[in-house]
Amino acid sequence: MTQATITPDGRQAGPVLMDLRNITLRFGGVTAIKDISFDIREGEIRAIIGPNGAGKSSMLNVISGFYVPQEGEIWFKGYRRGPMKPYEVARLGIARTFQNIALFDGMSVLDNIMTGRLNLMKARIWSQALWWGGAEREEIENREQVEKIIDFLEIQNIRKTPVGRLPYGLKKRVELARALAAEPRILLLDEPMAGMNVEEKEDMCRFILDVNDEFGTTIALIEHDMGVVMDLSDRVVVMDYGRKIGDGTPDEVRSNPEVISAYLGVEHA
Amino acid sequence: MQNAQAAQAGLQSIPALLARNAERFGNRPAYREKEFGIWQSWTWAEAADEIRALALGFLVLGLNRGDHVAIIGRNRPAHYWSMVAAQMCGAVPVPLYQDAVADEMAYVLGHCGARFVVCGDQEQVDKVLEVGDRAPSVQHLVYTDKRGMRKYDHSRMNALAHLQAEGRAAEQRLGDELDARIAALGYDDTCVMLYTSGTTGKPKGVVLSNRNIIETGKNTAGFDHLTAAEEVLAYLPMAWVGDFIFSIGQAYWAGFTVNCPEGAHTMMTDLREIGPTYFFAPPRVFEGQLTSVMIRMEDAGRVKRWLFRHYMDLARRIGPALLDGQPVNMLDRLRYGLGSLLVYGPLKNTLGYSRIRVGYTAGEAIGPEIFDFYRSLGINLKQLYGQTEASVFITQQPDGQVRSDTVGVPSPGVELRIAENGEVFYRSPGTFVEYFNNPDSTASTKDAEGWVATGDAGFFEQETGHLRIIDRAKDVGRMADGRMFAPKYVENRLKFYPNILEAVVFGAGRDMCTAFINIDLTAVGNWAERNNIAYASYQELAGHPQVYATIKQHVEAVNESVAADPMLSGCQISRFLVLHKELDPDDGEMTRTRKVRRNIIAEKYADLIEALYDGRDAVSTRTEVTYEDGRKGEIRATLTIQDARTFQSQTMQKVAAE
Repeated sequence: MTQATITPDGRQAGPVLMDLRNITLRFGGVTAIKDISFDIREGEIRAIIGPNGAGKSSMLNVISGFYVPQEGEIWFKGYRRGPMKPYEVARLGIARTFQNIALFDGMSVLDNIMTGRLNLMKARIWSQALWWGGAEREEIENREQVEKIIDFLEIQNIRKTPVGRLPYGLKKRVELARALAAEPRILLLDEPMAGMNVEEKEDMCRFILDVNDEFGTTIALIEHDMGVVMDLSDRVVVMDYGRKIGDGTPDEVRSNPEVISAYLGVEHA
Repeated sequence: MQNAQAAQAGLQSIPALLARNAERFGNRPAYREKEFGIWQSWTWAEAADEIRALALGFLVLGLNRGDHVAIIGRNRPAHYWSMVAAQMCGAVPVPLYQDAVADEMAYVLGHCGARFVVCGDQEQVDKVLEVGDRAPSVQHLVYTDKRGMRKYDHSRMNALAHLQAEGRAAEQRLGDELDARIAALGYDDTCVMLYTSGTTGKPKGVVLSNRNIIETGKNTAGFDHLTAAEEVLAYLPMAWVGDFIFSIGQAYWAGFTVNCPEGAHTMMTDLREIGPTYFFAPPRVFEGQLTSVMIRMEDAGRVKRWLFRHYMDLARRIGPALLDGQPVNMLDRLRYGLGSLLVYGPLKNTLGYSRIRVGYTAGEAIGPEIFDFYRSLGINLKQLYGQTEASVFITQQPDGQVRSDTVGVPSPGVELRIAENGEVFYRSPGTFVEYFNNPDSTASTKDAEGWVATGDAGFFEQETGHLRIIDRAKDVGRMADGRMFAPKYVENRLKFYPNILEAVVFGAGRDMCTAFINIDLTAVGNWAERNNIAYASYQELAGHPQVYATIKQHVEAVNESVAADPMLSGCQISRFLVLHKELDPDDGEMTRTRKVRRNIIAEKYADLIEALYDGRDAVSTRTEVTYEDGRKGEIRATLTIQDARTFQSQTMQKVAAE
């Protein structure tokens, strides 16, 4: 199980990075996730899809540690993970973007991305306030990393623009940049293409693939756009009403009758 | 005489000039590029080292004398280095337009038989790979930007930095060979080959020798007193002759600094940060900047608006005179000084023109208001007239003799004559050697005595000796009733309106003139926003009745001004339509330097032209469009056709009055 295997498209998939076992999540009387198990392998792009209300975002929130499931275990890098605060999860190397953009509107793109590196900065508050000694060196080092990401995502022209003035598609890209700035092991993307036009979607797809390819970042993403998911991902988990109804390569999932009925609404005989 | 001096000094090639600069200006910056948010710089000595390493790398790959090396990418030091490195090996650099689609590239790569291709990034590599068998000569690719390239089959490609490392390692083995090849470069050897985009037919490879480039660089650097202290911003396509002359010819001759922007979309920010002292831009850049200034002033507070208007009026009145050194009274001078402090200085700083000493515009006619705006701010903006075959310079305006309607006096060393049909001919040290593998075209363009036909009709002004260009000679025609038809003349007047980006006028052999209009999305979009006009697409905005009404006013105003010229009064536009898409080089409607390809447009939109002439009010059409990645699509639209008022020509009115 921990050995590297070759996925059908010839890509090398690494050992299991995160393993979710029998997760159940309830809000009062509502069961959002029912006994779901799947794993995420090192270096792959793993998609979670499903109709509205299937529990995809809840699942992502479980992975990111925002929700603590009532039942089930989460294993990360070979260790079982107990209940954690979001900042502890972030320190483990999990970064995410949000379905509804959560950036600081009044701050510049550069400063927003710099906040992504907060966990990687060690200088004390006084040293940072005076911007002296270690703090200065540290900021220069971190700025270098941030500039590489700015270059990578091709947002040099908006480096100093306040985020509030940017169009939607670019804000999404800035959010991705901020998540990348944390140098994550796993990057969680909550509907990265929602509300985008075709061109913006194509750009975003390219960036996601490039991130995966260039930095070797493992990516878990939720997405509505089936075409995008099938093109991007190595493996797909399909959810419906809180249950897992499919898991496998895009081709396997596409031909799974249960998935087809969930998506196309085939009548249940 | 001067040739002899240059020859004596051994400065017969670009690599020789590089060696001189590395010695003389060793510690001065030769190249700067903004990357990762910081201006990285290379001195002449460092640049020489980088270029040598690259040249050795080419030798490792087996580059032979006389081979062609294609370079496709945006303006980056590494790409300029590739050109000079290829020259060092005795090969010929061939820069290509980076926005060309694979089909266009296939032709050029196949035509010049390039063995090596230097690509800027993955996008360019993909295009060259797509060309594949259509350019069988291509053996090896070199790419600058490593991003996304990890998984490619590297048996036939290299990263540029790796090639340099290989070259450095081979210094002892191949150093002597390289020195021998550099020493063998002669004044009449090929320096560069540039493909002219051509408003008609297939592109032609213009062969320019070291003599062409170095003589032109030397003469024109002298004309404008360019020194090693100049700063230029290299942002125009590398495949265009102008960039080669400014960023290599003149830069290597004078030893000044070439600054490369971070990317095309940061050009304006980078321009402001560098503050070039010597600047070249086609009119559309100046138009775009002026439009954005005007749009932003409309958003400014009342006091600022008043200040701006008041001082711009003053500047318009006396600014050009001050710049030309003509007498201006003391009070006005003082007021202009105050204006500099309050308005002109900050404005120039915002535009990036604080330090500008010499600015040039060429390629298209520039609107007199736009021209005067910059001149009145004290920016020494001038015009030049040139073409690839002349190594750019044919005529240019000397300081103090600048006007918007002439293109100046012959550049140093250039002889000019006007043929009987009005076509302009020139002969100069910059005159090209030949069209590559195309003796027929060479013979029909350049005669035995070295005179070259420009294809433009023009005349010398009696009193000043300045050249004025009317139109492309072959575009000047007659209408059905024998009146003169000069489409460019009318189009330029239309394009002087910020709302109109492009215009194409038809009428040769017809009884009236008609026009296609392209709106300028920035200007019209801003206007729509201000007036609460909602639109979802370019097409919808273009077809909006109020947009039509505005364009109609512009067309009628142009008609009125055209009517004032008895010779051209027949060119008034009777009917027009606003096109549903922007004319685009990807669709072949314009050249890569954004000149309208009249014949192709006439052919492609034959249905629209027919509708313009048969009196219909509207026409529906389908148009094929090419996306940036070469895929094709189709847009459908129903276009409105409107009539515009035409005016009696003044001479005719006189006749009528009598």
